[in-house]
Amino acid sequence: MSTAVEPRGWAKAALHVNGWLVYIFFYAPIALLVLFSFSDNRNVGIWGGFTLDWYQDFFDSSNARGALSNSVKIAIVVTIISVILGTMSALALERFTFRGKKVFDALLYLPIIIPDVTMAVMLLLFFGEFFDLLDMLFGLQLRKGFWSITISHIAFNISFVSVIVRARLSGMNTNLEEAAVDLYASRWKAFRHVTFPQIVPGIAGGALLAMTLSLDDVVITQFVTGPGWTTLPVYVFGLIRKGVTPLINSISVIMLLASMLLVVLSLFAERARRGG
Amino acid sequence: MTVISEPSSESAEATPQFEKAAQRKESRRGFFLALPSYLYLIIFFVIPLAIVLVYSFATRNRFGGTDLSGWNFASYERIAEPIVRTILFRSLWLAFLTTIICLLIAYPFAYFLATRRPAIRNVMLVFVMIPFWTNFLVRNFAWRVILGNDGPLTKTTEFLGLGTHELLFSQKAVVLGLVYGYLPFMILPLYAAIERIDGQLIEASRDLYGSGWQSFRNVLLPLSMPGVIAGSILVFIPSLGAYVTPEILGGAKTTLLGSYIVTQFLTARNWPFGAALSFVLMAVMLVGTVIYFRKGGRTL
Amino acid sequence: MTAAVELKAITKKFGDVVAVDNVDLAIEDGEFFAMLGPSGCGKTTTLRMIAGLEFPTQGSLSIFGEEVGTLAPNKRSVNTVFQNYALFPHLTVLENVGFGLKMQGVDKSETRSRSMEMIELVQLEGLEDRKPSQMSGGQQQRVALARALVNQPKVLLLDEPLGALDQKLRQEMQLELKKLQRDVGISFVFVTHDQEEALTMSDRIAVMHEGKLLQVATPEEIYETPANRFVADFIGRTNLLEGTVSDSETVILTNGTPIRAHSNFAAGTRVSISIRPERAKISQQNEDGNPLSSVNGTVETITYLGNARVYGVKFTWMSLEVREENRPGIELYEPGTPITVSWDHDAISVVAD
Repeated sequence: MSTAVEPRGWAKAALHVNGWLVYIFFYAPIALLVLFSFSDNRNVGIWGGFTLDWYQDFFDSSNARGALSNSVKIAIVVTIISVILGTMSALALERFTFRGKKVFDALLYLPIIIPDVTMAVMLLLFFGEFFDLLDMLFGLQLRKGFWSITISHIAFNISFVSVIVRARLSGMNTNLEEAAVDLYASRWKAFRHVTFPQIVPGIAGGALLAMTLSLDDVVITQFVTGPGWTTLPVYVFGLIRKGVTPLINSISVIMLLASMLLVVLSLFAERARRGG
Repeated sequence: MTVISEPSSESAEATPQFEKAAQRKESRRGFFLALPSYLYLIIFFVIPLAIVLVYSFATRNRFGGTDLSGWNFASYERIAEPIVRTILFRSLWLAFLTTIICLLIAYPFAYFLATRRPAIRNVMLVFVMIPFWTNFLVRNFAWRVILGNDGPLTKTTEFLGLGTHELLFSQKAVVLGLVYGYLPFMILPLYAAIERIDGQLIEASRDLYGSGWQSFRNVLLPLSMPGVIAGSILVFIPSLGAYVTPEILGGAKTTLLGSYIVTQFLTARNWPFGAALSFVLMAVMLVGTVIYFRKGGRTL
Repeated sequence: MTAAVELKAITKKFGDVVAVDNVDLAIEDGEFFAMLGPSGCGKTTTLRMIAGLEFPTQGSLSIFGEEVGTLAPNKRSVNTVFQNYALFPHLTVLENVGFGLKMQGVDKSETRSRSMEMIELVQLEGLEDRKPSQMSGGQQQRVALARALVNQPKVLLLDEPLGALDQKLRQEMQLELKKLQRDVGISFVFVTHDQEEALTMSDRIAVMHEGKLLQVATPEEIYETPANRFVADFIGRTNLLEGTVSDSETVILTNGTPIRAHSNFAAGTRVSISIRPERAKISQQNEDGNPLSSVNGTVETITYLGNARVYGVKFTWMSLEVREENRPGIELYEPGTPITVSWDHDAISVVAD
């Protein structure tokens, strides 16, 4: 890491002021949100003394709790499947040449580039047609919900996981795999004993990103969910559109805590990545 | 032996066929590793994309359903209508504005980061990453609380005797929310680009009689251009497709492309038109991305 | 006797690029064998084919008589010391050394005892629980050696094994490697671009250039009688005077000067006379010298090396290098002095272009 030359005089002062303003800009809103979630006033944004009522409200609300548990269930399934598929794709792209590789590479980038709204529209129409088809062919009456959301989240998360694992794989010395094979390891054993331990931090990073993106998604989920089925962000988004209530504050803080937890985990993954 | 004997004429055991067979085996391994994701993306991405394309040429019938038989360009023609054009230009303008503001804040900030000592810099970077990982919806909601009628900002302006402000549900609020949401996307590539630049280049420029401004203009800026372009595209693309931010912070007069598309599906029930708009949006993104890769960006 | 490694008409292509071009080579058992050449000459590709990390496009490759052309690397009894050692960063020294045995299914206690034995042999006892990142370059090198040798390979392959070490350590390791090879008795095949290293360490050297094998011989032969101009120029320093063969004892230089030089080339062949700087003598110009074993010129530059001086001598169309040991009482020549460069007629060699 090189250190850039710091300018002198007023330019230096301006850089410092701008630097601290950016941090205030980033953290003041979050801090205020946390503060007001403990405020005993129906009016969000006005301090009315300390209370935990809004958190009590959250735990009393079966809708909110249901949405939270839906979100967590989906995120877990999405993370597991995305990590497996994404890691396999990353290995295929970094370590092998095969027919159709270029097309696959480009295809894998598309879900990252495409706007949420377009992806949401695509999947909405797809599930509509697909369920109609199933109904027509087999008389299956499927409803959108857990699986349609999970499938949709995996569709964009494979790409994110594979990008992260690929970065790790390309940074890894291929000599290590050759050394393993030279030392009598089969291809599978070389992966199991050498490649895999080396890319674990990348896989962990990918898993955390997949989980975060799944827990955060509003737009796509809103389009592919079925009646009576909701995730926490979609539930909160609905509440916000109806009007701001202190309950939203407390749910937001809970979501914030979940994000922070994932950030801390990702920092550990990052540290392991550097150390490796 | 000093001179090499002529190549032996004995039967050569390895032939190009052997090498090819080994390569084919490797190739098959790679293909099977990719296959599950390949199939997944074809079924749940390529086919849906094709369906959207088909829908965009279809016709909406009187009951709000979609008539797939009569193919036409009516949905694309509607983009020329004044109201659609207004929304399209407004979206482009706000996305552009967001990008410029992010750039103006992030460039000096990224430079500031690059001048810190490595240990401090890593800590500072972590505190840029945290908002990046934090729930986007929650971060936008925080501004809704702050800008609200009884929010802290109003209280402050009233206390200072500046009267009430009317930021919430305006375009300004939307841009504020977008800047807040996407600033990390601008900072990180810019920082990466600036950090790579050898500090001695600036010193060389100063040594060769360049003023501070001249050194920035002629050395630092051109060298950090890949970061500027990468950051701009990473901010511009999601801003253009933004849906959550305008829904929370914007009002009726600030409908943007993202929300307009959603409306076509969930309220107006004009699916062909919504599909056509989605396609246009995606085309803009793809053009942006191609520029990004051309200009030397490698990762997203 | 069967050769340890035998290559017959081996060719390796990467797409349209021919990396190794129709190479025949036999490496004897117990030999310290160097493959020498500039980067991109095909030496590493050849080594990787022996290891099984690349498969030849064409030809036959056998190890102790067994054809292994397309046999997977984990199924051949050769082991490699990689260029940057390729030690597994997540494993300790002991685990690194025991890796090959573990993969072969050797039981745990035997793996451990054999690994420890090997760690002692390379003098790393006490460091077996360290991770590679906690060791110096020289120590990592020893781990890489132990990791390969513990498997008792029939042939050990080394890819630029000393490339990452600094000068002093490198010289120490050269001697140590040589000693180790004598102790274990198997053949070591090592790739290097450093001609000095190849000359000091090997029993035989193969010189490669642009995928072709130019010469395989002992260090003395390579230095004294290089097969062609490239080998003469690549191994050590030399002056190459271009000319044409006149008869078996005479070469006419490009400027018409006849020089006494023995060769087997047909009259009229374009050749170069290779005169090593240390074989040439420098003296005051006089008429007594043998005109067939000397040329006249002017001192242009003097480079002081401590133990020697190197004179740059201007000779009609080219510059010659003459090296003179720094002994007491030798005469010094200032730049501009007209001098004679002379040599013994059997101390030079004639090489094909």
